[in-house]
Amino acid sequence: MIKVKINGQEQSWDGDPDLPLLWFLRDEAGLTGTKYGCGQALCGSCTVIVDKQAVRACITSVNDVAGREVTTIEGLHPNGDHPVQKAWRQVNVPQCGFCQAGQIMQAAALLMENPKPSHDQIREAMSGNICRCGCYQRIENAVHLASTGV
Amino acid sequence: MNFIDNPRKLRGFERQIKVEKISRRSILKGLGVTGGFVLAAPVISRQALAYETGAGKMPHGVVVDPRVFVSVAPDGIVTIIGHRSEMGTGVRTSLPLIVAEEMEADWSRVKVQQAHGDEVKFGNQDTDGSRSTRHYLMPMRQIGASARTMLEQAAAKRWGVPATEVKAVNHEVVHSASGRKLGFGELAADAAKESVPSIEGLKLKNPKDFRYLGKGQVGIVDLHDITTGKALYGADVRLPGMKYAVIARPPVTGGKLVSFEPDAALKVPGVEKVMQVRGWPWPSKFQPLGGVAVIARNTGAAIKGRDALKLVWDDGPNGKYDSVAYRKELEEASRKPGLVLRNEGDADAALKGADKVIVGEYYIPHLAHVAMEPPVAVADVKGDKAEIWAPVQSPGGTREDVAKTLGIPVGNVTVNVTLLGGGFGRKSKCDFALEAALLSKELGAPVKVQWTREDDIHNGFLHTVSVERIEAGLDKSGKVVAWRHRSVAPSIASTFAAGTVHQAPFEVGMGLVDMPFEIANISCENPEAAAHTRIGWFRSVSNIPRAFAVQSMVGEIAQATGRDQKDMLLELIGSPRMVKPNVKDLWNYGEPYDSYPIDTARLRKVVELVAEKGEWGRKMPKGHGLGIAVHRSFVSYIANIVEVAVDDKGKLTVPRVDTAIDCGTYVNPERIASQMEGAVIMGLSLAKYGEITFKDGKVQQKNFDDFQVVRMDDSPVVTNVYIVPAGPDTPPSGVGEPGVPPFAPALINAIFAATGKRIRALPIGKQLEA
Ligand code: FES
Ligand code: FES
Repeated sequence: MIKVKINGQEQSWDGDPDLPLLWFLRDEAGLTGTKYGCGQALCGSCTVIVDKQAVRACITSVNDVAGREVTTIEGLHPNGDHPVQKAWRQVNVPQCGFCQAGQIMQAAALLMENPKPSHDQIREAMSGNICRCGCYQRIENAVHLASTGV
Repeated sequence: MNFIDNPRKLRGFERQIKVEKISRRSILKGLGVTGGFVLAAPVISRQALAYETGAGKMPHGVVVDPRVFVSVAPDGIVTIIGHRSEMGTGVRTSLPLIVAEEMEADWSRVKVQQAHGDEVKFGNQDTDGSRSTRHYLMPMRQIGASARTMLEQAAAKRWGVPATEVKAVNHEVVHSASGRKLGFGELAADAAKESVPSIEGLKLKNPKDFRYLGKGQVGIVDLHDITTGKALYGADVRLPGMKYAVIARPPVTGGKLVSFEPDAALKVPGVEKVMQVRGWPWPSKFQPLGGVAVIARNTGAAIKGRDALKLVWDDGPNGKYDSVAYRKELEEASRKPGLVLRNEGDADAALKGADKVIVGEYYIPHLAHVAMEPPVAVADVKGDKAEIWAPVQSPGGTREDVAKTLGIPVGNVTVNVTLLGGGFGRKSKCDFALEAALLSKELGAPVKVQWTREDDIHNGFLHTVSVERIEAGLDKSGKVVAWRHRSVAPSIASTFAAGTVHQAPFEVGMGLVDMPFEIANISCENPEAAAHTRIGWFRSVSNIPRAFAVQSMVGEIAQATGRDQKDMLLELIGSPRMVKPNVKDLWNYGEPYDSYPIDTARLRKVVELVAEKGEWGRKMPKGHGLGIAVHRSFVSYIANIVEVAVDDKGKLTVPRVDTAIDCGTYVNPERIASQMEGAVIMGLSLAKYGEITFKDGKVQQKNFDDFQVVRMDDSPVVTNVYIVPAGPDTPPSGVGEPGVPPFAPALINAIFAATGKRIRALPIGKQLEA
């Protein structure tokens, strides 16, 4: 039996310990905010925060996060008012929105590590997250806005 | 609009009449609100538009009825139906916003509800062709105005005053003479008893009084849910007892399963069942390819199970499809005469007599849509009833195809439309929903079919592959006197009918025969090309290769004659006029030519606007260059200026992009800007990296590592968008797609300006490194 804390709640899993965390979150725990986009750590749609780090849930097994703390988009802020979320709304970032949970989690992790990133640092840190709709300019601006106060 | 001479529309009309007798309750139920507008016979849109559009010619046409689209609850909450699919354009916000504008509803008290697939009730729902605003601006205004009129009539009766003395203002009706007011909620029940006003007599708002339209102050309705992970996409639907499935499909189009061994898959923890899925022979429109499904308790187990399957396929007639050999075939075909589609003057003679002939042979490979959300659908089939939840662009078509595939009546199929995690044309094909329906029927349980990214790339409906060959003949003075354009590409029609070798009118109408230049001798030809894989619509479709070829050729002519690109472009566009190509049944994006002519004044205007705002001719540092291109598609006009920087090693970056768009009357400039920004990214992706290749009939790419798209670190530093303020009488035109085509040629022209290298085959790949 594997125990994981997800958004502050204890969850357990007695199935395949190698099951990717992504599918555990989505299909077993019902937390569908975290998205599947590639399954190979290529797109960032599945980004969650484990302890204080952004990780790709599609290549992380449930076993890998045993005893650790996982934060998904649903748990980033109780009312959805994390500075990154607020900035995202202010800049009207999303088009289809499918990549945005991953983008927001990546941005939130970046700001934990580097509260005032430069534009180059933002572009570099966010480059693992694909947005097929092409919202990059707004994502960059929103991260910048979140870092300077919304 | 005329539905009498249109059999498809007529069919819709008949069904409308039939539905009417039984549907009052279900309309009410569908809205989930009681005490609203639900009455009497639905009204069908009649000829009351200020301009004509092709809306009435779409399957099932247009329904203009406030009782279908609007309900007002006693607490004042106004619910408006969004009947098109939201895939990122903002349409789920924009169309209801139009209704709210006309009915004087306060947007903060409006709820948007997604329509299920039912074209008899809602009118056409195909969210494609950049048509939603173009076809529905006026109908949505009429719906809103009807609802407003009914509320006003109800208030006037209550007060015993003439209806002309009352006025709806911001969610209430006011009688200013007496200072009385009643909220929409208080009037809801009475308004429902009013008869629906005739469309002809409706008074529409003066655009000067618009609060929302054209302002861009309203965020999309899903904004909060998207940023908090609550937005519901197709992939997020969960039903009690639902199973998870992935399918192994034939790796070659037209291939068939010979045998499979399920044992190893069944040993994977969480896998419950392995079963065959019915397939249809190629081509068969959107029917599933067939294969072997692995059913599991979660998607991860199903994928792992599928990896363990042993499969033997018969590759069939396309087992030799090879992109390198096919390109040669296309090139050879382009060097010989083909079916002549447009013929003006004598291009042959003029080319022979020309002082100089410039030849450009341009190649654009297959592309995959790779919408961020791969295809996915949930189905629950019980007996002769089916319910589907899916991110589909064509809920009405999906409903019909599910019914046909399962052999049940259309009325027994419910298609619930979720948000789409991107569409780009891929989700106009409902094969994934059909797969889910087939599996659910056989399993007797709800099932979700999830395509992996690899499936999406291997088994999609790809953008065509084409060679576009243009020969331009110049006289001694450098004036272009002859133009011959041959386009060779497998047609989308090949996905519907075997043996297709020519492109369809809707494909040649995208930038080949509608070419707007003022040239005396023109020949547009289409040599034959047979398809060897499934070809489908990809955002902006044939406009991608056409704009690339035509606008690159403008750059080449400028280069050969030592002219400025922009001046050359304006000279070729020529005088302000309505271009009437000598083409039999010119396809004009389904629109009547009179409302949507090929207007070179508007084409010139976006070029001039982008040149001015984008500071055409500004001084460039070493290694930088500017390129320009313009293209009319989806009856909109768009021009790009791109600045590139190419370093010593051939590394390409894009410091700045400027876009000018004329899309007629517009609803939400903020979303138009976001579509233009996104189109630039998609254009850059296809120009820089986009290529699907085949070997032995199989797609050679698999995921975002070998089918790359632009990421933030190579996206343009800044993209500016300028919207031409069109008068309110200019019919609205497309936004979702037309931003893509002009980008690649503007980029390529800029690369030439920066480096002197002319790129004729996309993607750019490593060509700048050599
Ligand atoms: S799904 Fe995990 S990185 Fe793409
Ligand atoms: S908003 Fe659609 S993929 Fe990013």
